[in-house]
Amino acid sequence: MFVDWPILSLVIWLPIIGGIAVLATANESRPMQARGLSLLVAILTFILSIPLYSDFHLGTHLMQFQENTRWISAFNINYHLGVDGISMPLILLTTFMTVIVIVAGWEVIKFKQSQYMAAFLIMEGLMNGVFAALDAALFYVFWEAMLIPMFIIIGVWGGPNRVYATIKFFLYTFFGSVFMLIALLYLYFKTGSFEILAYHQYKFGLGPQTLVFIAFLLAFAVKVPMWPVHTWLPDAHVEAPTGGSVILAAIMLKLGAYGFLRFSLPITPDASHSLDWLMIGLSLIAVVYIGFVALIQQDMKKLIAYSSIAHMGFVTLGFFIAWRIYANTGEYKGVVMGIEGGMVQMISHGFISGALFLCVGVMYDRMHSRMIKDYGGVVNTMPVFAAFMVLFAMANTGLPGTSGFVGEFMVILSSFKANFWFAFLAATTLIIGAAYTLWMVKRVIFGDVTNDGVAKLQDINRREFMFLAILAFMVLLFGIWPAPLLQVMDASVVNLVAHMTQSKL
Amino acid sequence: MNLVAPNIIPAIPEITLLGLACLILVVDLFVEQHNRIVTYLLSQASLLIVFILTLSTFTGGETQFTFNNTFIRDAMSDVLKMGVYVAVFIVFLYAKDYLRQREMFKGEFYVLGLFGVLGMMILISAHNMLTVYLGLELLSLSMYAMVAMQRDSETASEAAMKYFVLGAIASGMLLYGMSMIYGVTGSLDLGEISHKAAAVANQPLMVFGMVFMIVGVAFKLGAVPFHMWVPDVYHGAPTSVTLYIASAPKIAAFAMLMRLLVDGLLVLQPHWQDILIILAIASMGIGNIVAIAQGNLKRMLAYSGISHVGFLMLGVLTGQQTGFAASMFYALSYALMSLGGFGMIVLLSRKGFEADNLADYKGLNDRSPWAAFMMLIFMFSMAGVPPFLGFWAKLSVLKEVVATGNLLWLAIVAVIFSIIGAYYYLRIIKLMYFDKPEDTQAISADIDLKVALSANSLLVLGMGLLPGGLMALCITAMTHH
Repeated sequence: MFVDWPILSLVIWLPIIGGIAVLATANESRPMQARGLSLLVAILTFILSIPLYSDFHLGTHLMQFQENTRWISAFNINYHLGVDGISMPLILLTTFMTVIVIVAGWEVIKFKQSQYMAAFLIMEGLMNGVFAALDAALFYVFWEAMLIPMFIIIGVWGGPNRVYATIKFFLYTFFGSVFMLIALLYLYFKTGSFEILAYHQYKFGLGPQTLVFIAFLLAFAVKVPMWPVHTWLPDAHVEAPTGGSVILAAIMLKLGAYGFLRFSLPITPDASHSLDWLMIGLSLIAVVYIGFVALIQQDMKKLIAYSSIAHMGFVTLGFFIAWRIYANTGEYKGVVMGIEGGMVQMISHGFISGALFLCVGVMYDRMHSRMIKDYGGVVNTMPVFAAFMVLFAMANTGLPGTSGFVGEFMVILSSFKANFWFAFLAATTLIIGAAYTLWMVKRVIFGDVTNDGVAKLQDINRREFMFLAILAFMVLLFGIWPAPLLQVMDASVVNLVAHMTQSKL
Repeated sequence: MNLVAPNIIPAIPEITLLGLACLILVVDLFVEQHNRIVTYLLSQASLLIVFILTLSTFTGGETQFTFNNTFIRDAMSDVLKMGVYVAVFIVFLYAKDYLRQREMFKGEFYVLGLFGVLGMMILISAHNMLTVYLGLELLSLSMYAMVAMQRDSETASEAAMKYFVLGAIASGMLLYGMSMIYGVTGSLDLGEISHKAAAVANQPLMVFGMVFMIVGVAFKLGAVPFHMWVPDVYHGAPTSVTLYIASAPKIAAFAMLMRLLVDGLLVLQPHWQDILIILAIASMGIGNIVAIAQGNLKRMLAYSGISHVGFLMLGVLTGQQTGFAASMFYALSYALMSLGGFGMIVLLSRKGFEADNLADYKGLNDRSPWAAFMMLIFMFSMAGVPPFLGFWAKLSVLKEVVATGNLLWLAIVAVIFSIIGAYYYLRIIKLMYFDKPEDTQAISADIDLKVALSANSLLVLGMGLLPGGLMALCITAMTHH
């Protein structure tokens, strides 16, 4: 029944209009009103996004749920939306995580609740816009506009060093994006349109391809973030309020990886091929070096932030080993597995890192500290919470049966087909990841109660139980049965692989 | 000798405005101070009348000449003039309370403002170097006097003096350049110059004259290195006058650039392109970097304005019709954003208090979420962040620079400076949203100011979502260039 609805427009504009409504009806003395309305909008948006999955046609790589109208005729810019198997799961992830974030911010945010909720709703709409846009100018508008609510969220509700963190966040991402704008304008100048799908077909030489690739790389590498432009992320994560960290880790980091799939790989396949040594190198540095950096962190949020960078290294590794696998095996199968592994890792990391940040948030709300040394023996006073925390930590290390395992395993497996040493280095993460995550869990959760603060802790309430339980369910569901996710993306990824292994020269 | 009456039809709006301004000057003499609102209303009505006159006779492309080809009326002039009327209308609206609170609510402000508008109209429609000079001087003299209106204020007097001396030098430069061009081509008519220039383009005197004329225009625009007056005058002048100087005259200065360099000296485009590239890079660089060091919002916006002028020139220097349209779009957008930015200062100021220090914006979100949000729109728009109008302005000029093919590096330089620029706009947002308020007094402003400023900010947002109309208009206006 939903087929005729402009569903993509709805999931973009409903939260934005809802956010404006929350702002307009703001009343400091009645925060419940803002919370209730926000939750309603978020849930409604999530429900509206479900048909994207249920009515999705498997087996085709073509864009679905398309909407295309003229937007700015002077510049040949269209309001062109559509999803394929690559972007659709990410939209669902966005609408899902926003509901969780609204619930997680329920009582925790003590001032300006309506602005907080509205910022998240508006950001939800903008992020959906990024995933759904098929016009490069439209994509760029959503991509940049997204910075505004995040800037406000970190700056207003963040920790003590929030101003430094949020300005750094904004300027880093702005820096990356403007070069992408130049690249898009260059492509417009060459092709006469802003259609992303037309760019996919546009053939140009290796020199310009390399420049365009580098411009895209600056934008996406900052967002992912890849070493060495990752330094904004730990700062932003540490200072952001819990909800901000969750959205940053669960969705915003995915935007960079999505950018590689939608822009870099199909538009500049030859440049991606010729520079894949760089990308593989940076990915492996992220996996190994950042893993060690995570090991020595004293601050739980920082630790999870570094672990996010390492996990995103897996994603980019899965994407850029493609040509080596193809050269070694001569078939698409391994390549598809690598990219799908990266995709699964993206979704799974969205749930796991989001959940871990929420866990830290739960503890922070009670103790007002994120330092590992301030905790110890939490399991004694918060047994239910401890069970969740351990589950998510295990998932973060890639324990079989959790979603963390599926993506990592697929990427490692396919990297064997590229080069043994890639696989070897990537697999060290199973050890390093386990080390930093479990060591943190050991120091925070297990052992004897170390101080009075921990002794007085109250276990999680029903609201907290609810969002942690839902996330735990998702982590286990995709760990045990990832097939629905893989089916959805298969046709699009196969098409992408066929496209990118074809030289444009 | 036959005396042929000139066709006055194309110049009807100018003639009407001249008559109305003189009428207001006289009427104002008979109006008591407590009825001064009459002068204000008459001035606004005059702007409305000329707007309607211009709109109803909008040619939409047909070019008309009159007064022995010294006066031109084309689509570009109509659109730019309407932009000027709207900008000055908003200036008068914003300035009313501010002037009243400071006992400057006098007829002179409005009469001078209207004569300034007349000067801008003549400048926009100039097709002869003398007409250019005439319009420019009428505009400049009105503005010198307006800056000096608060005559007991030292800063205002200093600003007016500085503005006058530097402005006079720049006018001298312009005249000197014009005389050289006249010497080579033997004509003051821009149309004739453009015909004859091709034959004499290689003469050094021609290029010399062009350089001096560019100095004059660059001074009006406030481009580096002819920008020194901008921060001092913006800062020293009463905010109501800063509003005026920072908005409509930029539109007129853009028209002057178009008339002299494009209508007159298009054959010298390879020469002036290089000069404009240097001016543009210097303006974007100095403007954005020095703005960071400012603690006064008016000075900060002045330097930001300098950097915007750098961006504006990017479109013109391509020498392409679409590039001119992009710059025109930039000039109109900038006027709208600049009005908003200075309008916010007016909104937050009150009797005996100027809200022009950055610290005055601390915690504005706690005091008035809507005011903070409006300022957020203006700041992000100036920084060039979508979905606001300023983004499309930047996009359209950058697109033209990229389309030249060989100036890609210039586009990269421009975006690097826009990243640097983002920092100081973000700082305002930081003060408003992340800091606690120091000034806790409620914001008191008349309802018409609040409504107009809200409309201004929503326009910056709304035209950011749907910029197509204005863009199409600018492209139409440039089809004959």
